Amino acid sequence: MKQFTIHPVAGADWQLADGVGIAFTNSALWMAITAVLVWVFVAGGMKRALVPGRWQMAVETMTGFIDNLLEANVGKAGRKYVPYIFTLFMFILVGNLLGLVPLGLIPGVHAFTFTSHFTATGVLAILSFSIVLIVGFWKHGLHFFSLFWPANTPIFLALPISLIELVSFMVRPFSLALRLFVAMMAGHVLLKVLASFVIAGGNGGLGIGVAVGVPSFILMVAISALEILVAGIQAYVFALLTSLYINDAENLH
Amino acid sequence: MPQIAQLSETLTSQVFWLLVFFGLTFVVVGLGMVPKILGTVEMRDNQIAGDLAAAQAARDAATAEEEAWRTRENANRAAAQAVIGEAKAKAAAANAAKLAETQARLDARLAEAEAAIDAARSSAMAEIEGVAADAARDIVARVAGAHVEPAAAEAAVKEVMAHV
Repeated sequence: MKQFTIHPVAGADWQLADGVGIAFTNSALWMAITAVLVWVFVAGGMKRALVPGRWQMAVETMTGFIDNLLEANVGKAGRKYVPYIFTLFMFILVGNLLGLVPLGLIPGVHAFTFTSHFTATGVLAILSFSIVLIVGFWKHGLHFFSLFWPANTPIFLALPISLIELVSFMVRPFSLALRLFVAMMAGHVLLKVLASFVIAGGNGGLGIGVAVGVPSFILMVAISALEILVAGIQAYVFALLTSLYINDAENLH
Repeated sequence: MPQIAQLSETLTSQVFWLLVFFGLTFVVVGLGMVPKILGTVEMRDNQIAGDLAAAQAARDAATAEEEAWRTRENANRAAAQAVIGEAKAKAAAANAAKLAETQARLDARLAEAEAAIDAARSSAMAEIEGVAADAARDIVARVAGAHVEPAAAEAAVKEVMAHV
């Protein structure tokens, strides 16, 4: 569990106001690295050449991917959310992947996955949820509450259905935040457990080392590959669900 | 679980720095760069669509040009065929006329020659009759010593020659 511990890197006593500490922690450091990497990646595709090079092609593929995602789920009105969804997707994707980089091989350096903290994923989820609320009430006013009364619902079902809809709506930010945090944490814990098997097996002598350590190591390699996949999928799911929720607000039935 | 154990001491720092770095990324990358990249893609798509349309137009123009050329060429060929046909007909008519004229001339000369031959033959016949009558009279005079009147001899010769 040490890999999830947050400790200050600089400014341990920085405070925004009395009692509101904003120490620059290892978590904040990896957020900064993520931001810089996203910036470097996208800046590399800013040549705006008519015939794109490889890097520009990669960047345009990512923006086109998000563009298509919003086009498919929200429609033409979805284009104005591309900057937010793209930033969200890239920030989560790079954050997830950075946690999987085996930097622990370098003595004294420890990778940190800020997406394995619900304090971080929660902020992103609340941001997405706020956008849905703001857009919904801005566009539809109080009519936005008809979201809780699906079309063609019989009158006598209106109350129970709207209660269920309200709960499922309110649970969205929690499910968004918890899904990402749980997936990231579970993957890292699983890798950690398997790694401890390898170490313990090796310490247990040659026989146990071969019988336990080698299969655990092979499984670890496979799970690492799976975790890379999960890193992409969780970023995609976060972006996809956000765009679906935005669709609810943008195109109220 | 540090996520929960450290919650109260790290919450504000986590929220603050995430908002700072996510916000920076959103403003610089999301708002600053992504629209430009999307614009580049759109510009390229438009350029490709324009080029394709221009190529299609050029191709249509070429097809129309070829069609016009083909029509013109067909008309020219038909005109040439007509001229050839006319010349052929004219030559055939001239030939026929010349042939007919020659035929007529030949026929006339043939008839003329035949008439001449007939005349010659009948005059020769008449002469032979005269010679035969004279010869018959001479023969009769020598053999029988009789004198036959020329008219009688001629009549006898005519009668004999009619039986030949």
